[in-house]
Amino acid sequence: MILIVAEHANGKLSKSAYELATAARGLGRGDVAALVLGSGVASVAGAAALIADQVLVGDSAELAQYDAEIWSAAAAQIANEGEAEVVLIAGSRSGREYSPRVAVKLDAPLLEDVTSLKDEGGVLHAEHYTFLTRVTERVEAKAPVVVVTVKAGAFAPAEPGTVAAEQFDVDLELPKRRLVVTGSTKEKTGRIALAEADIVVSGGRGVGTPEGFVQLVEGLADQLGARAVVDAGWRPYSEQVGQTGKTVQPKAYIAVGISGAVQHLSGMNKSKVIVAINKDGDAPIFKIADYGIVGDVKEIVPAMIQELRK
Amino acid sequence: MRILTLIRQVLDAEESVRVRNGAVELEGSKLVMDTMDEYGVEEALRLREAGTEAEIVAVAVGPARSEEALRTALAMGADRGIHVVTDTALDAIALSAVMAQIAKAEGAELIFCGGQEADWDSQALGAATAERLGWPQATWTSALELKGTTLVGKHEADEGSESFEVALPAVVTTQQGLNEPRYPTLPNIMKSKKKEIRKETLEAYGVAPKVKVNGVEIQVKERLKKILDGKDAAGAAAQLVKMLREDAGVIA
Repeated sequence: MILIVAEHANGKLSKSAYELATAARGLGRGDVAALVLGSGVASVAGAAALIADQVLVGDSAELAQYDAEIWSAAAAQIANEGEAEVVLIAGSRSGREYSPRVAVKLDAPLLEDVTSLKDEGGVLHAEHYTFLTRVTERVEAKAPVVVVTVKAGAFAPAEPGTVAAEQFDVDLELPKRRLVVTGSTKEKTGRIALAEADIVVSGGRGVGTPEGFVQLVEGLADQLGARAVVDAGWRPYSEQVGQTGKTVQPKAYIAVGISGAVQHLSGMNKSKVIVAINKDGDAPIFKIADYGIVGDVKEIVPAMIQELRK
Repeated sequence: MRILTLIRQVLDAEESVRVRNGAVELEGSKLVMDTMDEYGVEEALRLREAGTEAEIVAVAVGPARSEEALRTALAMGADRGIHVVTDTALDAIALSAVMAQIAKAEGAELIFCGGQEADWDSQALGAATAERLGWPQATWTSALELKGTTLVGKHEADEGSESFEVALPAVVTTQQGLNEPRYPTLPNIMKSKKKEIRKETLEAYGVAPKVKVNGVEIQVKERLKKILDGKDAAGAAAQLVKMLREDAGVIA
């Protein structure tokens, strides 16, 4: 059995779950089981039933909120009971946080944030980025069970089928929550999650002021249905948090008022298209750009927003 | 209290990456302590400066040259070092077995580890070490203080940030913004030369890699570099939008 742990948010199955299903099918190793963890997750489990061969549902109040120890215990228990050969977990912040615990519990190798995955005679072969995504490393692991986290956007999302797979409720032995969450600041609602964004608009020093950021960078992002981010080294760290260490691989990365190389978003240099807008034509960003305009961002970006509205 | 900070020596981010014989060539390049690990050492020092009595032990597993990174940690203010000398490249899950054994032997109650290591792009070491010790973990920590034996802090979640509390012992992984690491002063660099670094062998820990590396490639994607003059803002904007729509097909 291949086990995928299906993430969801706001009552919807995440894009990553569909991508995991594709990665799992590509191994050609038989049944794909989806594990859904949460509280009140019937609709999510229903969606998972259209991409998996069976759905295992852990639905309880204890699972209302993610916790690394609880999630890893659940995933490891199900992997053990189902004799999973491969456990696929999304390369999200949480996925990459609890997956190492699953690997240790199962005494399994961990392949992190893979961009490709295949089975060659019982050996799992994968590729992943290293050295701040500048290098692609080819790795292999052979073990009775291997834990794999899958990079967002690396696999095409699976098309849901028309026949729903059977669902089973599972009894989970869960540890007590030890990291107590005492408050949370959600990102602005209505904006697309960073990992799911096809287009990322990043604002740097050239944007000038926080007001400029809202007007230009967020303005352009909203017009494109994209996600706005703050370039490293410009605004205080507190405004960048939630970005460092996150992996993205958007179709387009639009750098507004950024002169140098961009490293804070792991994977951005693998974007299909990089666009740069900057007043200095000698800025290094233009050397890694596919398209660009040398000009004042305060003139160019509003003109782009105008053009897109047409 | 004893605090361990896990140190890795990595390629300086400003250095270009070269590949030789199927591996990234590090010889002749500038190698430094991972910035993520600097945040950990700095945070340990700040906890002590805030009044917690603590011995800070920097731990590295790697070839002989890793000692330079340990010396940097000692020059920042860590009290002593432990260096497991090996040329074997360990993946994070294997390395966590060494770290956990050292933490047990040292009776550590708090471990700092980088949120994402610059050479592996791995985020697994802190969590795997915590699991082996049966400890909780706080990852991607952006603020931290110690109240009695409880860590109170902020960290990043999938969407947005969370305030948290967790009782010691615990593993904390760092991120950019947790603090601004200090530069070692000359007197502290001089003092650090006299600090103890205990050398150990990997064999003593009975750990082997779990993942085999088959090769590496540097992929340089050729970029189109179609750069327009923006003197006519409206005209250039219209042309760029047209190219993104029709040539690149990235916007609707």
